[in-house]
Amino acid sequence: MSIAAKANTLWEYANPRKFLATSERVLPFFWMTSFVCLVVGLIWGFFFTPDDYKQGSTVKIIYLHVPAALMAINCWLMMLATSLVWLVRRHHVSALAARAAAPIGIVMTLIALATGAIWGQPMWGTWWAWDPRLTAFLILFLFYLGYVALWEAIEDSDTAADLTSVLCLVGSVFALLSRYAVNFWNQGLHQGASVMRAAAVTGADTEEKVSNIYFYPLLVCIIGFVLLFIALVLYRTGTEIRARRIKALLARERLNG
Amino acid sequence: MIALLLRDLKLAFRAGGGFGLGLAFFLIVTVLVPFSVGPQSSLLSTIAPGVLWLGALLACLLSLDRLLALDWEDGSLDLLATAPLPLEAVVSIKALAHWITTGLPLVLAAPFLGVLLNLPVPGFFWLVISLLVGTPAMSVIGTFGAALTVGLKRGGLLLSLLVLPLYVPTLIFGAEVARRGATGMETQTPLLMLAGITAATIALLPFASAAVLRINLR
Repeated sequence: MSIAAKANTLWEYANPRKFLATSERVLPFFWMTSFVCLVVGLIWGFFFTPDDYKQGSTVKIIYLHVPAALMAINCWLMMLATSLVWLVRRHHVSALAARAAAPIGIVMTLIALATGAIWGQPMWGTWWAWDPRLTAFLILFLFYLGYVALWEAIEDSDTAADLTSVLCLVGSVFALLSRYAVNFWNQGLHQGASVMRAAAVTGADTEEKVSNIYFYPLLVCIIGFVLLFIALVLYRTGTEIRARRIKALLARERLNG
Repeated sequence: MIALLLRDLKLAFRAGGGFGLGLAFFLIVTVLVPFSVGPQSSLLSTIAPGVLWLGALLACLLSLDRLLALDWEDGSLDLLATAPLPLEAVVSIKALAHWITTGLPLVLAAPFLGVLLNLPVPGFFWLVISLLVGTPAMSVIGTFGAALTVGLKRGGLLLSLLVLPLYVPTLIFGAEVARRGATGMETQTPLLMLAGITAATIALLPFASAAVLRINLR
């Protein structure tokens, strides 16, 4: 009792009303800061950094590609966390947040794949290669699709939340497994992939290899994407909560009428 | 009790006609491949291990929606859920029955279809070994997918969408074993990985399947 009565725990936001009130208060802040960060980061990156000596101006697609890829993965991690919270503590807001995040994750994955292809065309001479990272991202995209499809297919929302949560947990294990399986498969198959890996254009390698001229605007862009993601998730979760309420109201009306 | 259930399931599958369907599908896929890529024997023998693995995987997928749906429709799944047998065991037995009625025939049929695709001689042994090790994982993963979608009207397509990404690691390692075996390379590493995946899915996934089934039966 005393723990529940304590005001400043994270769990108090499991109350939809409290969640809505707070998220509405902080949303303008997140919208504004993400907008500022993205504008500053992208303009800085596109117009005030020198061209790379080898890649020319195509290097600048990094400011969209890397943050989008980061958010695509972090979005899945967030869904994993909220799914666990739903399964353990049965907070509806948590399940709805996972539902709200999934389409954002799909869009981020698509942005990462598309910008990667656009970048890959001039650099590698191909839109697509079965490089481990690319393949792993494509598999992540498939997992997102299955997850959203399962949400859409089930009518009862609590059942849907339960099933998608379990799918998210199992899917996370398999996605991780696929990530390393794909690594193995590629090395076993083509040797030529080492050329692409040496280019080190994606993910963790960048932070070691990219020089600071590019890194600082990139960091601003990443912060902007993170804030944008938080804003979108809060906004969409609010929408989901309201949609749920409308459903409940309609059901009540039908019962009375 | 388990033995009884197993026998019951085998009978059901044989009577239902699902038994031969997967095999026929496997055969048709294998026959269609030369039509689509051309009859050059060198090309066919290169892609044979992968094609046979993919065909087996799709044939396995085809029979998944019957795995629990029949018991769901006639209500026996509810009885099984209330039986003293834990649902985890029921799900494991279902997966085992699926493997015996679908996976094992595919393993046995694969060498004959390998002849059609001009599979190199050392490849036959490794193809059978890899399928033997890999198909149980496909059955167990498939049972999880079937349990997820059991209550749904249009579950079939959704089932493929959910299960196929989960098959990726199994397919990668399984086809790798077969491919390496066919070209005479060492196969120990992918074979061990494949066996690891199979062992882990058999050990852990029934819990997820049972949990999902409980939600669906609620």
